[in-house]
Amino acid sequence: MLSRTRAAIRLIKGGPVQDDPVPAALAQPGEKSYRWFPPGTHITVRGLSKQFQGSVLYEDFDLDLPRGKVVSVFGPNGCGKSTIINMIAGLLPMDKGEVLFDGKTIDETRIGYVFQNYREALFPWLRAIDNIHYPLKLMGLSRKARNERVEKLLGRFQVKIDFNRYPYELSGGQQQTVSIMRSLVMEPEVLFLDEPFSALDYEMTLFMRDQMQKVFMETHTTMVIVSHDLEEAVYLADHVLLLTRRPTRIADFIEVPLPRPRSADTLSDPTFVEIKSRCLEIFRREARLS
Amino acid sequence: MSKLLTRLNPVIGVILLILVWWIATLLQIADPVLLPPPQKAFKALVDGLVSGPLLHDFAQTIYRTVLSFLIASAIAIPLGVMLGAADKVYRSVEFVIDFFRSTPASAVFPLFLVLFGVGDKTKIAVAAFGSVLVILFNVAYGVMNARKTRVLAAKVMGANRLQVLKDVYFWESLPQTFIGMRNGISLALVIIVVAEMFIGSSDGIGYRLIEAQMLFEMPTMYAAIFAAGALGYGMNWIFLTIEKTFVHWGGK
Ligand SMILES: Nc1ncnc2c1ncn2[C@@H]1O[C@H](COP(=O)(O)OP(=O)(O)OP(=O)(O)O)[C@@H](O)[C@H]1O
Ligand SMILES: [Mg+2]
Repeated sequence: MLSRTRAAIRLIKGGPVQDDPVPAALAQPGEKSYRWFPPGTHITVRGLSKQFQGSVLYEDFDLDLPRGKVVSVFGPNGCGKSTIINMIAGLLPMDKGEVLFDGKTIDETRIGYVFQNYREALFPWLRAIDNIHYPLKLMGLSRKARNERVEKLLGRFQVKIDFNRYPYELSGGQQQTVSIMRSLVMEPEVLFLDEPFSALDYEMTLFMRDQMQKVFMETHTTMVIVSHDLEEAVYLADHVLLLTRRPTRIADFIEVPLPRPRSADTLSDPTFVEIKSRCLEIFRREARLS
Repeated sequence: MSKLLTRLNPVIGVILLILVWWIATLLQIADPVLLPPPQKAFKALVDGLVSGPLLHDFAQTIYRTVLSFLIASAIAIPLGVMLGAADKVYRSVEFVIDFFRSTPASAVFPLFLVLFGVGDKTKIAVAAFGSVLVILFNVAYGVMNARKTRVLAAKVMGANRLQVLKDVYFWESLPQTFIGMRNGISLALVIIVVAEMFIGSSDGIGYRLIEAQMLFEMPTMYAAIFAAGALGYGMNWIFLTIEKTFVHWGGK
């Protein structure tokens, strides 16, 4: 309980807790030593810095990501898309800065993560079904509780996969589906996906996009998805986060106010086309700026 | 016809070897006392197994080899997983492991004789010592080459350090562990047979070999050599079979 209170204080404040005598509750937005965040924010990143071998990737980077929305991350090659979501997801240490989820630290938050390379992310020594059970086992759930959760998830996905097979016996798309299911079964508060469909063929990619959309519409889980495909980034997202070349800053944060469910028709919707070309323009500008 | 030939292929070498041996004895190329005809050696093998001491020797050698191997595995596998997962620690003991791995295990016989006395203990201890290092080295490398993605995946799902060790690192290193175990048990067999020859024994294949040599019973000696060969081959085969079913994902 105590740690939660502390976390809440840290969320509002910009600097370390001890340094400031003013109680957090009295802090006002806009006040110099405080950095306010917009309502409805789920993930707050403050003062994040990261270097690789002395070259700066992020310097004093702030970011607010909304709750219950899909945010696509798009930017030039090597600008640090993977790095930023890995740091937020706690997979990679940051040099400086802090990340809070609704005022909670990473350890207090249930995170789901879908890797680009599903071949190296699933456990080949476990059957597909046991891969999905695994995070629930870690949570210490009984067999019965686990089965209930998995059944519910299988019902929602309705894919024709033989879950008694080992991952290497499944197609790429099926493996990535299993991998996504494994990350969803623990009902994460935030789901991170790093180019989840880039190793799949086009048909499978289209199918998986719609699967993800379905999952999102049912669960409204906050999602952060890295994509190297602008059309996909806009199609999936409520907001597109555009990044600059390194040292990386936010180039823009563009809302995609298109209704869901989106379909193939959405791709020719004037709003969609307009947003996509706006993103492309910003991307071009940022890519040229190097 | 060609199918039958492929089936027979592995046997052809054996038949050829026996044939050459038989012809050599017929032509008396070597002293018939030193190189008895194959049927004599074969008879000594069967007699030794059925009514002689060879079966007991065989069993004793298996017992010692397997026991030293089990001791070695019980130490080396958990230790290897832990060392491999903390690769900074491994780097600092790597030299020691490499050094002793390169030391001929026979060089530690005198030391172990002082420590454990003349008897089974010394043989098993030396064999276990040699085999521990081989297994440890392989397990640690298997762990260090584990796919980082799987480790990260387990961590992000909430696995603690111990869970990452036993749910990811252990399995990731299993293919390499099997290689280590196969090499480890071969080495254990070599050491046990040598130890049986020279360190106060009254049974075992090594003892039988040395005794046959001293009594100049050449057929028995050939029989014991075959027994040792069959043992080494058999153990390797068992491991390969277990490996195939157990590490079904290997190379995929
Ligand atoms: N472990 C590392 N050591 C050194 N440099 C690194 C490391 N990881 C990433 N980098 C560098 O940091 C930069 C950002 O890497 P990152 O993988 O986050 O980029 P990205 O935007 O995901 O790129 P891509 O579009 O290729 O996926 C790159 O220039 C990369 O070379
Ligand atoms: Mg990347």
